[in-house]
Amino acid sequence: MDGFIELDGVEKVFDVRRKAGFLRRERHRVRAVDGISFSVPRGGMVGYIGPNGAGKSTTIKMLTGILTPSGGRLRVAGIDPSRERTKLAHRIGVVFGQRTTLWWDLPLRDSYGLVRRMYRIPDGRYRANLDRCVELLDLGELLDVPVRQLSLGQRMRGDIAAALLHDPEVLYLDEPTIGLDVVSKAKVRQFLREINAERGTTVLLTTHDLTDIEQLCKRVMVIDHGRLVYDGGLSGLHATGGGERTLVVDLERELPPIEDAPGARTVKVAGPRQWLTFPADHSAAPIVAAVAERYPLVDLSIREPDIEDVIAKMYAERGV
Amino acid sequence: MADRFPVAAGLRGYALVVAMWVRSTMAYRASFAMTTIGNFAASGLDFVAILLMFSHIDALGGFSLAEVALLYGATSCSLGLADLTLGSMDRIGRRVRDGTFDTLLVRPVPVLAQVAADRFALRRLGRIGQGALVLGWGVAHVDVAWTLPKGLFTVVMVVSGAAIFASVFIAGAAFQFWATEAAEVQNSFTYGGSTLLQYPPTVFATELVRGVTFVVPLAFVNWLPALRLLGRDNPLGLPGWVDFCGPFVALLMLTGAGLLWRVGLRSYRSTGS
Amino acid sequence: MRLYAAVAVSGFRRYATYRVATAAGVFTNTVFGFVIAYTFIALWDERPHLGGYGQAQALTFVWVSQGLLAAMALLGGGFQEELQERIRSGDIAVDLYRPADLQLWWFAADLGRALFQLLGRGVVPLAVGALCFELALPADPLVWLAFLLSCLLGFAVGFGLRFLIGLCAFWLLDGAGVNMVSGLMGMFFSGMLLPLTVFPGPFGATVRLLPWAAMLQVPADVLLGLHTGAGLARALAFQAGWAVLLLAAGRVVQSLATTKVVVQGG
Repeated sequence: MDGFIELDGVEKVFDVRRKAGFLRRERHRVRAVDGISFSVPRGGMVGYIGPNGAGKSTTIKMLTGILTPSGGRLRVAGIDPSRERTKLAHRIGVVFGQRTTLWWDLPLRDSYGLVRRMYRIPDGRYRANLDRCVELLDLGELLDVPVRQLSLGQRMRGDIAAALLHDPEVLYLDEPTIGLDVVSKAKVRQFLREINAERGTTVLLTTHDLTDIEQLCKRVMVIDHGRLVYDGGLSGLHATGGGERTLVVDLERELPPIEDAPGARTVKVAGPRQWLTFPADHSAAPIVAAVAERYPLVDLSIREPDIEDVIAKMYAERGV
Repeated sequence: MADRFPVAAGLRGYALVVAMWVRSTMAYRASFAMTTIGNFAASGLDFVAILLMFSHIDALGGFSLAEVALLYGATSCSLGLADLTLGSMDRIGRRVRDGTFDTLLVRPVPVLAQVAADRFALRRLGRIGQGALVLGWGVAHVDVAWTLPKGLFTVVMVVSGAAIFASVFIAGAAFQFWATEAAEVQNSFTYGGSTLLQYPPTVFATELVRGVTFVVPLAFVNWLPALRLLGRDNPLGLPGWVDFCGPFVALLMLTGAGLLWRVGLRSYRSTGS
Repeated sequence: MRLYAAVAVSGFRRYATYRVATAAGVFTNTVFGFVIAYTFIALWDERPHLGGYGQAQALTFVWVSQGLLAAMALLGGGFQEELQERIRSGDIAVDLYRPADLQLWWFAADLGRALFQLLGRGVVPLAVGALCFELALPADPLVWLAFLLSCLLGFAVGFGLRFLIGLCAFWLLDGAGVNMVSGLMGMFFSGMLLPLTVFPGPFGATVRLLPWAAMLQVPADVLLGLHTGAGLARALAFQAGWAVLLLAAGRVVQSLATTKVVVQGG
């Protein structure tokens, strides 16, 4: 294996104590990560997805050296994260979606000053990196504003910049777009694309938002119950999981269910609105064309499959 | 390169984070001024209580007001110094619970340094100032023929006392890796301990004095050295050299607390609780 | 009314879930109880009947004060830090638009907390004190009942005070300073360090009229049986008077603060 991030049979077992009666506690083992192997090449951009509690965060915590694996082999840039945590810290950037590392009462610029000193970033590099982040993330007006006055989206952009000032080779992002408005989401995505292309930064991101994955990652890994259940392209995920997209059409009036759209199936009718599903890897164009030609169409929209839907389907079809 | 000298890296990281907190507090100047003055004035209220006691009596447990002031001032200064340098370490349980502790672990600075600097507050100088005033008053009024060695001994007493309290803060923080809500336990030993040490040991039951000598050796903060200064007998009848052991006890306790911290951090990193 | 009862119940439940914290607090209260008890023994050995207390009464005062410390939030804690945090983060705007009264809401939540802490953190230290020292606890259940009533009134006074302190955050943003000052004032003027009856002369007379006296000194004296008949009525009226005054002041400040939020847009 010559990956930049390498996992080989990595496990994490927790002993959890549960309440069992008034004072008694029952111990039982939870395999949060149950033998995961994968390899990400330098410059890769990978989505790491799965339902809540699947083991995503635990994996990220092991990759950053926060948690020590219970078994298996793990290397990031040739370093064993849990044994050389501080050494690794210089080479990775981490953004925890809902936990800001910025200083609440101080201007954004001050937080960056701390990062500069903590990571001992040379002056020239620091200025160049800060300028680039400011430009791409549109932070210029915000640098002198106390963080407490920033909106959630502005703060997230500020956090992402803070994680990149020391030129990390790997960037981990845990739910980077959660709670952001559409404009902020777009900015964050655009920025990640450019950083990845420009500097070859390896990016691993967890998300609930399939659009993040679609727009950023050629490769997706799906984890569930601590195991890797899928590793490949997004389209393959749709095919494997039998993911379906939904075409929502608003007609001029109430009509019987549409039955003659090629490759689509009407699953729901409510007044003039109808829902048609079709395989996610098929193009929507012929269906839209067919409906528009034969029916009085007022409006339409296409709903992407939700990650949870896709995974649920995947399980249902495998009979797990 | 700094990683080869973890202590230097730790101190540097500590200073960096401290500077940020100082700047942060300056964002709320009114509150800062008020807290510093308040800290100075209000931390003296427990000494006012002692003064009120002495308005009714001449001696408590056989100790005069000046002698009690010496005890009070010494332990207040020690606790104040420890509180200034790492007084918010008890927030670690909260950080573990809300997940912000993880953000400290991905930085290239020893975690202990970052936790020690958390919420650093200059207002705590107020307590040190108040303690120093009482100590100075006590020193001036006790019946001791002051010499340079005795003066130095007093300084060593305060500094090693601070180190002993510091080790309690660190151990208390480490304990929270296992019991994240138990922040208050350490108050028993820091604030509770300091309240105990404000009064002469003759006031307390022998078992209690034994406990703070041999189990949690807080007696080395001020009791044993101050008794020596005041020319009084050791309440447990221990040999005289024990009175000079403060610095060694402090070193021992700091080492122990450091080890406990390492074990606690390792446990956190394997359980992530 | 049912809404506020539910809020109080959830306040109680919430604190009941912090088992380890409760145990840690009980431990701390007990340690402090021992330390202060011994100093009081030394003090009352020198001056029996100081402040009108016998030694057993003085020791009872110590353990009652340790038992009430958490419930009365004499050193802070309770809700005001949470209130300040909500003001600082701006979440308070949400609270103000809720169809419930801000003061009543927090009163109910804090009453729930106080009730839990009276049981969870009050009973054990008092029991330990009673086991290790000779206390002067009353046998008459009516005295205990009067004590509980006095505690409730004392709580109302404490809440009124802490609500005002919490609201200071609207103007100061950072509440750490006022909290600390108020905690230390509470500790001193409630009688936690030394019963207020021991405070000498006009200073003592003044201190006994301040609201903090209503939070600990009065309930403790009621339990010690020092207020009976008309004296008891006067003591309770003193507490009720402060409670009404402070709660009313809280309402005024609350409306000022609300205007401020509305004007600044949150």
